[in-house]
Amino acid sequence: MKRFSLALAALVLAAAPAAAKETLTVYTYDSFVSDWGPGAAIKAEFEKTCDCDVKWVAPGDGVALLNRLKLEGKETSADVVLGLDTSVTAEAKDLGLFGAHGVDASRVKVPGGWSDTTFLPYDYAHFAVVYDTEKMTTPPRSLDELVTGDAAQKIILEDPRSSTPGLGFLLWMKAVYGEQAGAMWARLKPRILTVAPGWSEAYGLFTKGEAPMVFSYVTSPAYHMVEEKTDRYQAAAFAEGHYLQVEVAGLVEASPEKALARKFLTFMLTPGFQNEIATKNWMMPAGETSVPLPEVFGKLVQPEKTLMFTPEEVRDHRRDWIGEWLNATR
Amino acid sequence: MAERHTITALPGGLGAALWVAAAVAAGLLPLLSLAFQAGGPTLDGAVWAALRFTLVQAGLSTLLSVVPAVPLARALARRQFTGRGLLLRLLAVPLALPAIVAVLAVVSVYGANGVLGGFMPVYGLPGILLTHVFFNLPLATRLVLEALATTPPEAHRLAAQLGFSDNDVLRHVDGPVLRARLPAIAGLVFLLCAASFVTVLTLGGGPAATTLEVAIYQALRMDFDPARAAGLSLLQLALSLTLVALAGRMMLAQASQAPLRLRQQRFDGHSPAARALDAGMLLLAVAVVAPPVVALVAAGLSHVALSAALFSALGWSLAIGGVAALFATVLGYGLAGAAARLPQRRMWFEGVALAGVMVPPAVMATGWFLIFGRNGTSRAELFLLVVALNALMALPFVVAVLAPQLARLAAAHDRLCAALGISGWARLRLIDLPALRRPLAQALLLAGIMAMGDLTAITLFGSGGILTLPALVYQQMGHYRGNLAAGTALVLAVVIFLAAWLAERLGAEDDPH
Repeated sequence: MKRFSLALAALVLAAAPAAAKETLTVYTYDSFVSDWGPGAAIKAEFEKTCDCDVKWVAPGDGVALLNRLKLEGKETSADVVLGLDTSVTAEAKDLGLFGAHGVDASRVKVPGGWSDTTFLPYDYAHFAVVYDTEKMTTPPRSLDELVTGDAAQKIILEDPRSSTPGLGFLLWMKAVYGEQAGAMWARLKPRILTVAPGWSEAYGLFTKGEAPMVFSYVTSPAYHMVEEKTDRYQAAAFAEGHYLQVEVAGLVEASPEKALARKFLTFMLTPGFQNEIATKNWMMPAGETSVPLPEVFGKLVQPEKTLMFTPEEVRDHRRDWIGEWLNATR
Repeated sequence: MAERHTITALPGGLGAALWVAAAVAAGLLPLLSLAFQAGGPTLDGAVWAALRFTLVQAGLSTLLSVVPAVPLARALARRQFTGRGLLLRLLAVPLALPAIVAVLAVVSVYGANGVLGGFMPVYGLPGILLTHVFFNLPLATRLVLEALATTPPEAHRLAAQLGFSDNDVLRHVDGPVLRARLPAIAGLVFLLCAASFVTVLTLGGGPAATTLEVAIYQALRMDFDPARAAGLSLLQLALSLTLVALAGRMMLAQASQAPLRLRQQRFDGHSPAARALDAGMLLLAVAVVAPPVVALVAAGLSHVALSAALFSALGWSLAIGGVAALFATVLGYGLAGAAARLPQRRMWFEGVALAGVMVPPAVMATGWFLIFGRNGTSRAELFLLVVALNALMALPFVVAVLAPQLARLAAAHDRLCAALGISGWARLRLIDLPALRRPLAQALLLAGIMAMGDLTAITLFGSGGILTLPALVYQQMGHYRGNLAAGTALVLAVVIFLAAWLAERLGAEDDPH
């Protein structure tokens, strides 16, 4: 109810002539600015450094974010777009909306380094198979063991047609098996309990105890260890390496607030932003933090090898690879 | 005389039909225009597998929901028993549950760790059917019950005086009503199941379980391929229109008897066989609906966090549900009124009402966004868009409830009112509203809880500061807070239960006179 009166007050205020403060409009995905997300704290921190207002606009999940940009095109009111990931950045670049970030990328801490001059990372995480130690004592030690293992021990996957982790697993399979990916999907099929439309559905089924494994992130166990004080859910380290997801932001070239946008991107790699990432976005910070990560992050799987296609490869082959998956597991 | 009814019924019906047509055009035209810029709508081979699976799962789901709904509704119509009201309210709960909540509730009963785990396979077609029956058996039952309530009371009296057997009552009293309404009810359930998305994917077990709706979502949201999305949408529309035309052919015109305003009282169902059947059907309903609802309550009970976020979400849900219900009921009243007075155009008006389940909501939302939202939407505009889309999606249910009652009313009162010169507002206030209390309350309830439980519109337009209960559930799930989400889902279920109780109170008819 309080929100209502706030909304009313906001309407009244909006009608009055606004103070001549600069406003930075940042498009992001909704969970970034939800009650548990890092959005509110980051906004407050950044507003301390500038005489400005940060306005979050969250058109939905990460996929919806890109779609909003496609629909709006040059008319977009975004100054900064935060929350695209490396499987869609090539498509996003093709929109011709983004300008050079102009920030010193040597400050970026992501596995494999960073050279993109358009998009700047703010966090990352390797994907991983998360398993329930109460149901599984010997988790697969490689993707190969997952694919060829006991079909009675099921895994819950996400659909690559509607979910980012779903696409991540598809790319992982492709990165490891190449031409053989289709055949290996067919091998894996009996082990798949179901393919949920999104991460939330898959993880919900997993924590209900429907299957001993789910496709998620190496950082997932950190949530359970920090918030629920339990070691029950762990990530399996895979010998072939882990596929990496990097979340990035970019500035809109035509934005009237380009200087402020660039300031925000610079701020993004500083502790004011980065301190919020680990325990609010449950990802690894891609920049400098001033408080140490919670101890449990030291217990997480540290992949020795990182697997990743370039954004251009993903853009050019995504549809074919999804077709391959469809044919192999239908 | 007949012409005069026609003329007075038309403005409301036409107005509502025009609004729906404009809303659908605003949804489809921008997409078609994008599609033609990209070389025209296209379809590919993968579509036919999706089409086949859509038809099979929706057909089976409809059969399994609508066939038992008939004896179940008859049992509810002819039995008075302790707990009848409770059962009716329980039957309202599944209608408004977001798909993922229902899926998780079904899974916690029949899944690996469920009380009835191993009783039946949950993943694959059986699980999809089970969840669809959980959603749609209650819906079909409610709609059949509404239809049965339109039988003139004297028909039951006469049947009893003539010593009709239970079979005779089924054939000659309930039969005509059922034949008149069942095709429309089955058609609606079929369209709902065909459009099912989260349930089908989550429980489907793999990409073999792909419906047209999934393909449309993929084309529109993941690939942003307007040509393919338009091709698929047109295919789905053609399928839906064929179905509506088919249902229209099968529907018999409803007998136009002019009943007295007596409370309906039934005299059938006293044979041991009928008692056994009714008891069996009522038990079946409880067996289908209660376990997942109990699981939902059990999961949420210790996790209801009375936070500011929860109250804010409750406020938004009530506001969206309330406004969408009013809007849908006004539109539905117009369409059903016109259908009642223009029997030869009946399918036309009732078909218009189905637009919300024929055109994929993802298409509507994209089109509306391109027209209304390009330069950013304020929270008030967003609220209106969400309400409008929800009203459109709830319209089929409103019309399904109101159409039989308005047909009865038109037959009963049109001549007399015309003779006495009662029309317009006076007619509405003096004649129609008092007689329509119960169906109007039911229509408002159905539309309201559908909108309250809806996650589609709010997801498609983006939250933009509006966070409803289902959106909060989803947000909590997205942040590993499955337990909190269960608590929020429980609050939603309680609100629906109370709304159903309120609708019964509002709809309680006066004593017969």
